[in-house]
Amino acid sequence: MNRLRQFVNKAGWPRVIIGFFLLSLFVAAPFAEVSLAASIKDTLVRFGMNGVLVLSMVPMVQSGCGLNFGLPLGVIAGLLGAVTTMEMGITGIMGFITAVILSCAIAAVLGWGYGKMLNRVKGEEMVISTYVGLSSVMFMCMMWLVLPFKSPAMVWGYGGSGLRTTITLEGYWFNIIDNFLAIKIGDFTFPTGLFIFFAVMAFLVWAFFHTKTGTAMTAVGSNPDFARASGIDVNKMRTISVIISTVFGAVGILVYQQSYGFIQLYTSPLFMAFPAVAAILLGGASVHKATITNVIVGTILFQGILTMTPSVINSFLKTDLSEVIRIIVSNGMIVYALTRKTTKVKS
Amino acid sequence: MVSEQVVLKMENITKDYYGNRVLENVSFELKKGEILGLIGENGAGKSTLMNILFGMSVISETGGYQGKVIIDGKEVNFKNAFDALDAGIGMVHQEFSLIPGFTTIENIMLNRESLKYNFLVEVFGSRLKTLDRTDMKDRAEKAISALGVKIDPNMLIAEMPVGHKQFTEIARELDRKNMKILVLDEPTAVLTESEADILIQSLKRLSDLGIAIIFISHRLKEIIDVCDKILVLRDGKTVRESPAKETSIRQIAQWMVGRNIEEKKDEVKNEKKLGDTVLKVENLWVDMPGETVRDVSFEVREGEIFGIGGLAGQGKLGIPNGIMGLYEAGGRIEVFGKSLEMNVPVKALKAGMAFVAEDRRGVGLLLEEPIDWNISFTVMQAQNKYLKSFIGGLVKWRDDKKISELAKEYIKILDIKCVDEKQPVQELSGGNQQKICLAKAFAVNPKILFVSEPTRGIDIGAKKLVLDTLKQYNQKYGTTIIMTSSELEELRSICDNIAIVDEGKVAGILPATAATEDFGLLMAGKVDESKEKVSAQ
Repeated sequence: MNRLRQFVNKAGWPRVIIGFFLLSLFVAAPFAEVSLAASIKDTLVRFGMNGVLVLSMVPMVQSGCGLNFGLPLGVIAGLLGAVTTMEMGITGIMGFITAVILSCAIAAVLGWGYGKMLNRVKGEEMVISTYVGLSSVMFMCMMWLVLPFKSPAMVWGYGGSGLRTTITLEGYWFNIIDNFLAIKIGDFTFPTGLFIFFAVMAFLVWAFFHTKTGTAMTAVGSNPDFARASGIDVNKMRTISVIISTVFGAVGILVYQQSYGFIQLYTSPLFMAFPAVAAILLGGASVHKATITNVIVGTILFQGILTMTPSVINSFLKTDLSEVIRIIVSNGMIVYALTRKTTKVKS
Repeated sequence: MVSEQVVLKMENITKDYYGNRVLENVSFELKKGEILGLIGENGAGKSTLMNILFGMSVISETGGYQGKVIIDGKEVNFKNAFDALDAGIGMVHQEFSLIPGFTTIENIMLNRESLKYNFLVEVFGSRLKTLDRTDMKDRAEKAISALGVKIDPNMLIAEMPVGHKQFTEIARELDRKNMKILVLDEPTAVLTESEADILIQSLKRLSDLGIAIIFISHRLKEIIDVCDKILVLRDGKTVRESPAKETSIRQIAQWMVGRNIEEKKDEVKNEKKLGDTVLKVENLWVDMPGETVRDVSFEVREGEIFGIGGLAGQGKLGIPNGIMGLYEAGGRIEVFGKSLEMNVPVKALKAGMAFVAEDRRGVGLLLEEPIDWNISFTVMQAQNKYLKSFIGGLVKWRDDKKISELAKEYIKILDIKCVDEKQPVQELSGGNQQKICLAKAFAVNPKILFVSEPTRGIDIGAKKLVLDTLKQYNQKYGTTIIMTSSELEELRSICDNIAIVDEGKVAGILPATAATEDFGLLMAGKVDESKEKVSAQ
């Protein structure tokens, strides 16, 4: 009993409850005539698709900039990289690599400006970043139409100008990472490539926070005055963290797209921030502390529920509840975490 | 007057925090009109005891307590602070909880305002009653006069001197009708001596009115002056309960720390040999809110312990903060003969200086991080130590093993009480936190060490240890130390020379052996006379 309580305390109630819920969904799956193997595969793939996006929250949280509601900015950098590469006609693994390189460059520039802006609004980062996300997406809605892309695979069939809302990656780098070293067992496929990719990215973040700069960044998030007294340039550290978050956001969306199979333009980046924020909070992160474990646990739970509810619950209830549950879980989690922000025990 | 009627009895109070026993079988009685002095080092369990009495939620959240709290012969178990208020217990906290933009009256009356009926009440209920300002004024004035002080009831809290704020807080508690027990947590810590005297007088007056008072203070003289009875706690246990008249300050101090505090006075100072000038400050100004420095010049020689004293708000704290680049500053600073670029903290650190800030929790520590991080962070960032280099220095990897070793070493040297080097510093007591600040500065191996208010808010035992450590460090490594403190005696006990700062300027620099009156004169701003004395020497 005592050990159980310890476990609950350590893991936190939200994770225990959602964990059990998820488990019960898996148990119920066979009764709903849903294939368990396919369900697990879907959960794993979704984890790989979203993992890097969730990971991109960590640097900004650690440096005290709060949750990155401005993730759409990174996503836009990723989209720009992807469509530019397609315009150049590079396909296959080279195409994906080119897209990553281009996106990172664009994300670094955008992140630098975004970081400078967040340095002027200390204490209000999360509100401002939400607006940065919104306004950059709206700005790009115009730009997608205006930018001089010509490739027939991407522009509207009629008129011949302006990018389509959805662009297929078939023939470019569709599933290029998913299928890398994938292991097939019957109708179950393990997306090895996705996991290797996520592991590498997670390792990079983990390693970064073990370096001198990463340590300084954590200190800035923990107590900026302390950091300044130790000779740290607080604003520089914050800017670096925002750049890293934005770059990871760009890479994250590229991984997401290659698995999904489509590049989604226009307002779709708006719908990327909340699930990522909700996932890391669900994993146990707070507004000013996040670890890789939070990312992994949170993404598995959140994506697991998203995968399982449409198939399992819908087949029982005969109505589509998955969207409702997704919204309740993601928004509820964000509200829960934000209200807990100030509950620090004063000694 | 003390009567025989017992209003409060706490019996065998025991409390654990996560298996860590902070109170053990503490019992005491409080009679009507009695003043009880509650004394103990930081972490002795005073706050926990008061939290239990006051029904604070931290207690029930951490598993409650054992023992009985009996008020007026009835056992009580408060669910929250409101229950305690209803039972007639008032508490004045160390930090003010007043609304700056409200007047004295409004603060005293908050949520207990006198109300007047108007017709809207019939429609919308009693929430729409209007305030009866005249009655409120009468009540507020009555509460203030019970304290025997004069405060303008219409003054805004924001414009008040600190002492008046403290009195306003007490008056607010007094206004409660059934007020029986008043708890004062370090009420005199922020007051000047004369204000503290008035407060003491007020307390005596309250006790005559039949209110029992629990008085917590570090200033033992006040305790002796005002209390009828004292209760000394150490490590969660009652060490002594005794009538105040039968004790002395020295005795209480001994009970508190559990060891003899050596007599420090009359100690013959070894004549120290001082080296060349290592720090030269010319026409320094610092824009630090509340501690503005206008025009300060002084020189410090190698191996010297240089004191900076003066009253609060006169700018003494601004000097180290300005030199270390933490607040906007100007003027000229020479370190080892080389001019120092100002307003860049990293330059000051690289020039071989380190700073133990007066604002421990705000600037000095990473409260949520473990001890080893706190100690090693500055030296790691400023001097690239405790790092492993990879790929030709491109990647600088934190060396966690060496960092823990460093922390373990200082935990041993400075006797820091903690579970291990991975414990977050916010869980430590004030004295131990201060030791960590010192360890952080020592780890940099500074040639010049600035220490600001090193003993503020820590108990006698830790105080002595901190001062001794500084002294030893100075003797062992020849480190030049510049110490800022508001306690003159403390400065005189370890410094060679002391500068007194008044209105942002140096009023005079005297050797520590100079007479107390001379320092007093400098602090009082009588620059002319004392300058003559300095030149006469």
